[in-house]
Amino acid sequence: MSTPARKTWEQAGLGLFFALGGLVLLVAIAAGTGIGEMPIPIETTFAAVTNRLGWTAIDLPPIQESVIWDYRLSRALVAACCGAGLAICGAVLQALLRNPLAEPYVLGISAGASTGAVGIIVLGVGAGTISLSAGAFAGAFAAFTFVAMLSNGGRGGPSKTILAGVAASQLFNALTSYIVTTSGNAQQARDVMFWLLGSFGGVRWPEFQLVLVVVAVGLLVCLYYARALDAFAFGDDAAASLGIPVGTVRLVLLGITAMMTATIVSMVGSIGFVGLVVPHAARFIVGHNHARLLPTCVVAGGIFMVLADIVSRVILPQQILPIGVVTALVGVPAFSIILYRAKGAA
Amino acid sequence: MSISAQNLCWSVGKINIVNDVSLSVPPGKVLGLLGPNGSGKSSLLRLLAGLRRPASGQVLLEGRDIQAIGRRALARRMALVEQHATTEANVRVRDVVTLGRIPHRSPLSGWTVVDEEAVIAALDRVGMWGRADRNWHSLSGGERQRVHLARALAQSPRELLLDEPTNHLDIQHQIALLKLVGELALTTVVALHDINHAAMFCDQLLVLDAGKVVAQGAPEDILSETLMRDVFRVEARIDSSPHHGRPHVHYLI
Ligand SMILES: Nc1ncnc2c1ncn2[C@@H]1O[C@H](COP(=O)(O)OP(=O)(O)O)[C@@H](O)[C@H]1O
Ligand SMILES: [Mg+2]
Repeated sequence: MSTPARKTWEQAGLGLFFALGGLVLLVAIAAGTGIGEMPIPIETTFAAVTNRLGWTAIDLPPIQESVIWDYRLSRALVAACCGAGLAICGAVLQALLRNPLAEPYVLGISAGASTGAVGIIVLGVGAGTISLSAGAFAGAFAAFTFVAMLSNGGRGGPSKTILAGVAASQLFNALTSYIVTTSGNAQQARDVMFWLLGSFGGVRWPEFQLVLVVVAVGLLVCLYYARALDAFAFGDDAAASLGIPVGTVRLVLLGITAMMTATIVSMVGSIGFVGLVVPHAARFIVGHNHARLLPTCVVAGGIFMVLADIVSRVILPQQILPIGVVTALVGVPAFSIILYRAKGAA
Repeated sequence: MSISAQNLCWSVGKINIVNDVSLSVPPGKVLGLLGPNGSGKSSLLRLLAGLRRPASGQVLLEGRDIQAIGRRALARRMALVEQHATTEANVRVRDVVTLGRIPHRSPLSGWTVVDEEAVIAALDRVGMWGRADRNWHSLSGGERQRVHLARALAQSPRELLLDEPTNHLDIQHQIALLKLVGELALTTVVALHDINHAAMFCDQLLVLDAGKVVAQGAPEDILSETLMRDVFRVEARIDSSPHHGRPHVHYLI
């Protein structure tokens, strides 16, 4: 029963684990900044960053410095934030709805955001990123309200919520197709198609600031409710009998995940599979405790998305694959391995 | 009276599932709920736990209406073990018992020595300390039930509500669990389906039929051949056991 010693070891191990994870994430971001059509050595990358931060004044080719700072670094950082955000959403929704399939994609929230954004692109209401984000937000919340109402605010039970989500996905995907086929021209249809599968193409520093704030706020709120999420493991009544205000927690967390999803989808399109596969992988490593699981999702989701973005840029010469294609192609085999190895534990 | 209820009613649609139930349990005593399937035992326990709001009537803890106590404060003194609580999640025994400390911790406070001791004591009490790192899905039905009881004990409750805790347990574990519940000296309401076990281990019994109380009192006062026939629809003879002195039901075929 050497419990205190055991706790200390566990904590030390956990600290090491997160330090290592953070380091890998940094290396991935550095790699994402260095790798591309114009390969840039890692020293140049670091020098460009320290130059911009005013710490150094190393002489660099301006074109390389510009590619790093204005294009690739912001892109890699946005990718990391989006991966982290989607993974948090998946982990939270899976716990809240007690369903291993739950994630923004399956629950129709991504589809709703897409419909909103596509509506803006094709119908050309307003202009620029602001109205695109507004459209995605409106769509995400429309889908969220739809699912919430169909499932009595999630009280109808986990499978009812998933079914409501499936209905929402179908409805909003149909609406998206309707808008594209009736109103779009061929070029717009291609743009929309590309956007629906996800792309980090257009993101710069303003997007990074927004997504960083949203994901950080989302993470803090979810961490605040980490124990409540643990308590949902045995169902709503079990959570309520542990003193959790079930209705409030569910509403707040569903709202937060809808907000994160809407922000991410409005920025980079709807990227599937990250919200599904990363939380499962993370649970496999650190277990079910959400105070540990959510930070693990941040690190793992960030790494996964940055690497997926690199792959999407280098796998075909002269061409960029939609990120959603890569996440699915990398995610499915990874998921199969997890399922195979975890089959004994159900 | 530690737990009492006055004229509790709860219905779904037009159907009265709990119909005008009053009860009271003195501190440290065990009240057994009996009744056929669907008679409203689980529903009554959910009302007592404050998980459902009664259509009329109230539940009192030491004279205070539980609606006025607050969910978290209630969870610090009353624990519930549900009938079929399981999970898909890949949790360890220790994680499940740790859940019992949630009402005692604020969302940001750390894990304290008191928390740790409560968890260890609870695991030890139900004989699961040696299996603290086992996975939930690797446990037998009886072990899971004991883990749930340990989680409830980790809440450090004064009142304990148990819904058919001996379901799926073999006879050795049924007896051990009921004996343990008796020894805990907590005010307990326990739904049971084995009438002989209820007669052996409970101080008082309350018999429900279609949501109504049909009998209430000490086992030897209320268990009768007529009750067995009218409520449980079986022919039976009841005598006092020469071994433990409690009523014993012999079923006739
Ligand atoms: N939420 C509910 N909605 C509809 N009917 C319910 C609900 N909860 C319980 N019932 C019904 O109430 C009756 C009593 O159920 P329950 O309290 O589970 O009985 P017991 O635990 O004694 O078997 C059953 O007929 C059951 O179908
Ligand atoms: Mg029942």
